[in-house]
Amino acid sequence: MSNPTPPGGPGLPETQTLVPDTVPAPAPERKGTTTKSGKPASLWTDAWYDLRRRPMFIISVIIIVILLVMSFWPSLFSGIDPYNARTCDLSTARQAPSAGHLFGRDNLGCDVFARTIYGARNSIVIGVLTTLMTTIIGGLLGIIAGFRGGVVDTLASRVTEIFFAIPSILGALLIAATFRGRANSIFLVIVALTVLGWPMVFRIMRAAVITAKSQDFVVAARALGAGAGRIMFRHLLPNSLAPVIVVATINLGTFIAAEAALSFLGVGVQSPDISWGLMIADARNRFLEAPLPLVFPAVFLSLTVLAFIMLGDAVRDALDPKLR
Amino acid sequence: MATSSERILEVRDLVKHFPLTQGILFKKQIGAIKAVDGVSFDLNKGETLGIVGESGCGKSTLAKVLMALERPTSGSVKINGRDIAKARGGELKRMRRNIQMVMQDPYTSLNPRMTVGDIIGEPYEIHTEVAPKGDRRKKVQELLEVVGLNPDHINRYPHQFSGGQRQRIGIARGLALQPEIIVCDEPVSALDVSIQAQVINLLERLQNEFNLAYIFIAHDLSVVRHISDRVGVMYLGKFVELGKDTEIYDRPAHPYTQALLSAVPVPDPEGREQRERIILQGDPPSPANPPSGCRFRTRCWKAQEICAQEEPLLQIRPGTGHESACHFAETHDVVHVG
Repeated sequence: MSNPTPPGGPGLPETQTLVPDTVPAPAPERKGTTTKSGKPASLWTDAWYDLRRRPMFIISVIIIVILLVMSFWPSLFSGIDPYNARTCDLSTARQAPSAGHLFGRDNLGCDVFARTIYGARNSIVIGVLTTLMTTIIGGLLGIIAGFRGGVVDTLASRVTEIFFAIPSILGALLIAATFRGRANSIFLVIVALTVLGWPMVFRIMRAAVITAKSQDFVVAARALGAGAGRIMFRHLLPNSLAPVIVVATINLGTFIAAEAALSFLGVGVQSPDISWGLMIADARNRFLEAPLPLVFPAVFLSLTVLAFIMLGDAVRDALDPKLR
Repeated sequence: MATSSERILEVRDLVKHFPLTQGILFKKQIGAIKAVDGVSFDLNKGETLGIVGESGCGKSTLAKVLMALERPTSGSVKINGRDIAKARGGELKRMRRNIQMVMQDPYTSLNPRMTVGDIIGEPYEIHTEVAPKGDRRKKVQELLEVVGLNPDHINRYPHQFSGGQRQRIGIARGLALQPEIIVCDEPVSALDVSIQAQVINLLERLQNEFNLAYIFIAHDLSVVRHISDRVGVMYLGKFVELGKDTEIYDRPAHPYTQALLSAVPVPDPEGREQRERIILQGDPPSPANPPSGCRFRTRCWKAQEICAQEEPLLQIRPGTGHESACHFAETHDVVHVG
């Protein structure tokens, strides 16, 4: 600043030239990652690298893998086949846990442990598939409505409002009852819960996309000539996924619980099929006398929901580079 | 700043009105924001045209229309003779290779969930014909070096860089397709003064290296003077004065330019005593309902009857060497220094 008015100049500050054109000190090397300059990194490869080092992710994956193995090969865990009516004995109803029957027996004298293991399949299939369907349908429509705006957005938003106006259990009851007997009851439960569940994901995705859309990097991508698909899936999706993941993982538990409610009302999974929801509904009548037949499937249900919430949490954090 | 006379950008009578609508279901237009209202200028290869004006005068809208991010209401933007405002689809995409942009805010103009390599490499993914897949990473690293960043930082995310470094990333992205024109929309106004200088110097170096033409939009007059060959002064969607940087700064002819220049801070205490201060009364009128005739007349101390009736055109007026849009244009050195 020693010579702010160069000779001949009209006195406008030209301090710019006095500052050397140097690069500021580089940001500190980030910890925990070893990305070399030779290997290309992207959001998803970095997220995967990051996830493998998160204890929460590892624990949740181990629990989910065990639950999945349990759903597909329940006989690995239980020597008793609860679908065989001869394993039940009414005279032993509500028996306390013993060496042969770890979780005791239920109201009909069936082995609670075996039923819990065999019930995992229906509950998890319903929970996971419904979550996937609602997230895909709601997310896709949400991103399109948020990005396109205008008539598309108005139309989609009004349609979701119609679905929101239907009380969800009543609506699911209606759908499941109407088509009862014409299709597999588990398939019906998934369809009924999906039809009523997607608007929630839609709203959250749409709101997140509208927020992301107004940012400059989207304008910059358009200026580069990026098409709608690239803007939606490379720019908007990664920046609006976080709230959707949170809601989807919480919904998973809600869907398993909703399946229980539908079963209780007589339109969901029906005996002799087994599901956790059904077991909880059955055990509820005699809860004060024999709480365990309700407690065990409820614990498994909570554990499943917890595992998926932990997984969702870990994935969401891994997709945010600022948290690394 | 070698300026050849080869013309690469021709803007003629550019108009952009944003409709004002009323009603929820049945929208009816009740007016229009006249953001850009009849702007014409040329740009030569390797030249810098600075555009100054206060907030809301239409500078950024002009940039958006030039970049074909907004369709103009009327007028043409010809790049090498072809109108980008009328181009569609594949032709528009090809034309975008020739005109790129550096944005104002380096904190929001980079996708926080993409690595620097992905951000600078994106132009190559969109315009696959520019660089074969195997070369792209090397090209991105070269670009990082050109803008003064460490090529080893290619796998980092934007939040790991400072504001000035991020703006360099934005510049590298703009350079990737080797355009002839770069529209800089307030590229330094979000940065600290010392960092501003670095970025301006970088832009000047790149201009010499690649013979770039800049449209440099800013509200900081000293920054514009430093980098520009020619300067256009905008008021309420129109150019009020257009000329070489020395003409505009030393011999401003339009009262608005004079008022604008009198507001530039002078760091020299002696110079500060000498210069005069022109303080404008009131706020700029609404661009939805601009005054009749000359748009500046409501705040002008020279305003007469004719100013309300007849719109002054942007032309060379007697006694001045460059174009101005004032019935009573006369040169007047506001700063009185040198």
